[in-house]
Order: sequence, then C-alpha cells, then structure tokens
Amino acid sequence: MTDKFISIEGIAKRYPGAGGATTTIFENLWLSMARGEFACVIGHSGCGKTTVLNILAGLDAPSEGAVIVDGQAISGTSLDRAVIFQSHALLPWRTVLGNVAYAVSSKWRSWDRAKVKAHAQKFIDLVGLSGAEHKRPSELSGGMKQRVGIARALSIMPKMMLMDEPFSALDALTRGTLQDEVRRICLETGQTAFMITHDVDEAIYLADKIFLMTNGPGAVLAEVVENPLPRDRGRTDLHRHPLYYALRNHIIDFLVTRSKTFTTEKPDHDPRNVPTVQIGKPGLSIASSGEEPRQTWMPGTNPGLSA
Amino acid sequence: MTASLRLRAGLVSLVLLAAFLGIWHLATRSTGTTATMSPEYAKLMGLTATQGKSAMPGPLDVGAKLWEHLKRPFYDNGPNDKGLGIQLGYSIARVGTGYLLAVLVAIPLGFLIGMSPLLSKALDPFIQVLKPISPLAWMPLALYTIKDSSVSAIFVIFICSIWPMLLNTVFGVASVRKEWINVARTLEVGTVRRAFTVILPAAAPTILTGMRISIGIAWLVIVAAEMLVGGTGIGYFVWNEWNNLSITNVIIAILLIGIVGMLLDQILARFTRMVTFPE
Repeated sequence: MTDKFISIEGIAKRYPGAGGATTTIFENLWLSMARGEFACVIGHSGCGKTTVLNILAGLDAPSEGAVIVDGQAISGTSLDRAVIFQSHALLPWRTVLGNVAYAVSSKWRSWDRAKVKAHAQKFIDLVGLSGAEHKRPSELSGGMKQRVGIARALSIMPKMMLMDEPFSALDALTRGTLQDEVRRICLETGQTAFMITHDVDEAIYLADKIFLMTNGPGAVLAEVVENPLPRDRGRTDLHRHPLYYALRNHIIDFLVTRSKTFTTEKPDHDPRNVPTVQIGKPGLSIASSGEEPRQTWMPGTNPGLSA
Repeated sequence: MTASLRLRAGLVSLVLLAAFLGIWHLATRSTGTTATMSPEYAKLMGLTATQGKSAMPGPLDVGAKLWEHLKRPFYDNGPNDKGLGIQLGYSIARVGTGYLLAVLVAIPLGFLIGMSPLLSKALDPFIQVLKPISPLAWMPLALYTIKDSSVSAIFVIFICSIWPMLLNTVFGVASVRKEWINVARTLEVGTVRRAFTVILPAAAPTILTGMRISIGIAWLVIVAAEMLVGGTGIGYFVWNEWNNLSITNVIIAILLIGIVGMLLDQILARFTRMVTFPE
C-alpha cells in the first residue's frame, strides 16, 4: 500500500468491566485505505465494527493507538469525514431542505441564506428528492429519509464517507436502488468510503476491499479480501462473473465458521500484516505457513458449486 | 364521523349541565310559607326563615349576581369593594410576574444541569428536598425578608412554578437523542449553536409540558396565597366574600377561577403544539 489515505495504527478499545477488570473489544488493530477506495467491513455483531467507525468519525476515542487521515492524526470529529447514520438521524423539526442546509451552513458559516439553499438543493437533486424539499422527515418513507441522510453527508463535500449499516433498515427493493445511487455517487465524486454491513452481497457489489473481522471480544482484523470484480460492475449480471461465487463463498465461510475459530487456529496472526486475499489469483493469495492452498477458481470450472 | 361525535358529546355536556342546574335549583328553592309572623319580623328574618329557602343560593341568584358583575367588571369603591375584573387582573399579574421570573431562571438553569452530568448529580439532592415543600410554607420567610406582602405572593408563585419547569428542562435536555447530538458533532457545530439548533428544539416539547404544569400549579397557589396576604386579588375576594357571608359571590369567584385556569392551560397547550414535531 503506497498511498495510505487512511491509516488506523494499532488502535484498541477497552471498557472497564465488572470488578475492576477491563473488557477489550479489540486491540492492536491496523488497517489502511487508499484514496478513492470503497471498503466494507463485515463481521458479527459485537466485534467492534461500529466502534471502529465511530473512532474514524471522531465520535469515539480509541483507548490506544492513532488514526491518520490524509497525513494527519485525527482528534475529534471533522467536516472532512461525513457520517451516514444507520437510523438516518434527521432532525425531525426541520424540513428536508432544512436538514441539508443545516449541514451546509455548518461547513460554510459565512455563506448567505440563498447560497446555502442553492448548494443544499443541488445535493437534494443529486439523490433524487427534488420536489420533496419542504417535507418533514415524518412525511418521508424510510428510503427517502436515508436519501436525505446521504444528501446531508455529501453536501459538505467530505474527504471520506463513513456509513454504519446505512441500508439495513430498508426493504430489499429500496436498498438495491440506494446501493446503486451510493455507488454511482462515490464513483463520480471519487469519494473514499468506509462502510459497515451485514449483507455479503452488498459488500460484494459496493466494495473494492472487504475487511473481515473475527468475533469479539478480542476481535481482530483477519483478512483483507480484494474484490476481483471489475469496477464498472452492474447489479444485474454481478452473479455471472466467474469469480463471484468464489468470493461470496469465501466470505460466507469466514462468517459461518472461521470468524469463531480464527484466533485459535492462527495464533501467529500478525495484526500489522493482515493477509490480503486475492480471489482467483492463487499465486498472490495468502501464502502463510501451515495453511492448505485454498481452492480457487480455474477457467472452465464452476467455482460456486465446487467450493 | 368526528363532527358527529363532537356534536353528540356537546349534546351530552349540555344535558349534564341542565341536569346539574335543575337539581341545584330544586334543592335550594323556596318551599312556601313555613311560619306566620308579623311582616316586620319576617323582613328581619329573611327568606330562609319565612319561605323555607335554603341558605345556599340557587342558580338563578348566582346568574343574576354574575350578570351584575359582568356589567361592571372594573369598578373600584375602595379597598373592600372592587370589580371582579380588577381582582382577577391583580391575580393574573402576580401569576404572570412570578411565572416569568421562574421561566427566566428555570430554563437556563435546566439547560446547564441537563448538559452537565456533574451539576446534575451535585444539585440533585437540593432539588429533591426543595421540590416537595408546599409553596405557602415559604410565605412567612418571604414576608420576613421581603417585607412586602404583594412581592411575597409573587415570590411564592415563583418558587412553586420553578420546579416542574426545571425538572422537565433537565430531563428534556438530558434525553435529547444521542444521534442528533452526533449529527451536530460530526458537523463541528459549536456548543452554543448546538444548544440552540439541536438541543432546544429537541427538548422544547418536554420543556413546554413542564411550563404547562407550572402555570396550572401557579394558578392553584395564587388563590391560597392571596387569602393569606390579603388586599387584592381573586383569592382575597373569595375570603372577603366568605367573611361577608355572600355565598353567591364565592360561587361566582370559584367559577371564574376555573375559567381563567382553563384559559391559561389552553394557551400553554397551544404553545406546546407549536413546538411539537412528529417523528
């Protein structure tokens, strides 16, 4: 990794537990991302995904370690890092326009009303909510609310977007549309994005890189899976890609079994050098000692059924 | 559907009112001559003795007296004979002053306590002890220190209306949703702007509910306070008319106290609706 736009360096999060003991959610976590990259984190509940995201956002502070964004250690929140909340977190007493304008006027305090409004309107149009500017959040459907959340996050033109399961509360159809929108917007604006998800297909569709985390407490980042699918992937023919099932099976295998056993199976796991898995490129895949060569896709075979 | 429900409810209300007034009238009416006596003696004894009329005035007596009062609400014939409008005006002015002072103290203080867990814990024992004290218990202390009965009444209103507002403001501010605070934090909104743009609108319905409870309590307390301090006000009027043995005037005062209390509550209810947001 040459261009480390985001570098999480050895962070830990501990909470004081009962009887003076401390509970370690995770420790010695190292992770890096390049500019413009879309990363998804997958792991079971309780592995500290949200804590990592909150630390990245500056809403939470790590017990140890540091986070470096664009060459600078972060302290606290920043308008450079926009957060899209799982519960959309719109201010219910403001209209759609009011919610977006609140973010815009927070970033550019000297702007006059008209300029703020025009800028906010641009992002409301971008997420396809033109015509609903003067509605209150209570009058919107779940999908529309999350669109407002996305417009609000984008409107401050952040250096990166942090998303905490942004679509998990939506129905499948709306989720699909919004995934398309987010993907389009991120590609168009060259946004760096960090997203937590439980949905394997969502991760495969959106991410360039997928971070797999083991179960907490004491969670570790087990693997970084590089997405072999081309950047201009389409939702409809995603599953026809020859490497799709190999990738999907790898992630599901991890979630089903390896996320529990990983720490005991691989005591020599080095959190500073997390293995990068490149599906379909056996020569480059994890070459760590003791592990059997992973079954990989070969031309002409059906990886989905053989795995 | 709702219109017809409202109509039917109104009809039932009217029937109940008519029944109440009817029973009241029947219970207090004259029963005819009960004792024969010389006309001069009868004049001295009054209707109660001669006609068997109850000492309790009937609805017609009260209605007639009320009409008299309504015709001349603002007359002033000296300290013991003022129009009802003037007496109510004094009471409303006292409640208004004490209540506004309480708003000015309770809301900023509640904000501070709600935003600071330290202050919240530190001040909690004081609030818990001060809150259940009957406001009238402060009266002697107020009279002794302030040395002015009218200001003392205002102080009593102040002290009784501060607690619901303070506690509701603290609760409203402390329970603003974490995610809304986080939105403000990620947008790097400063503390003062955050207080006005996120916490105040989010806590406003709870604060207004506290203010509504307070105005109700203040109006309850002013009657008792004015009975103690005397001089002016609707509470004084009630006690003065009791001393005059004018039950009619007492009943009229009770009715008016109820109506004014309802109006004050409705005003606050309207404000509460204005700041309430649907989620």
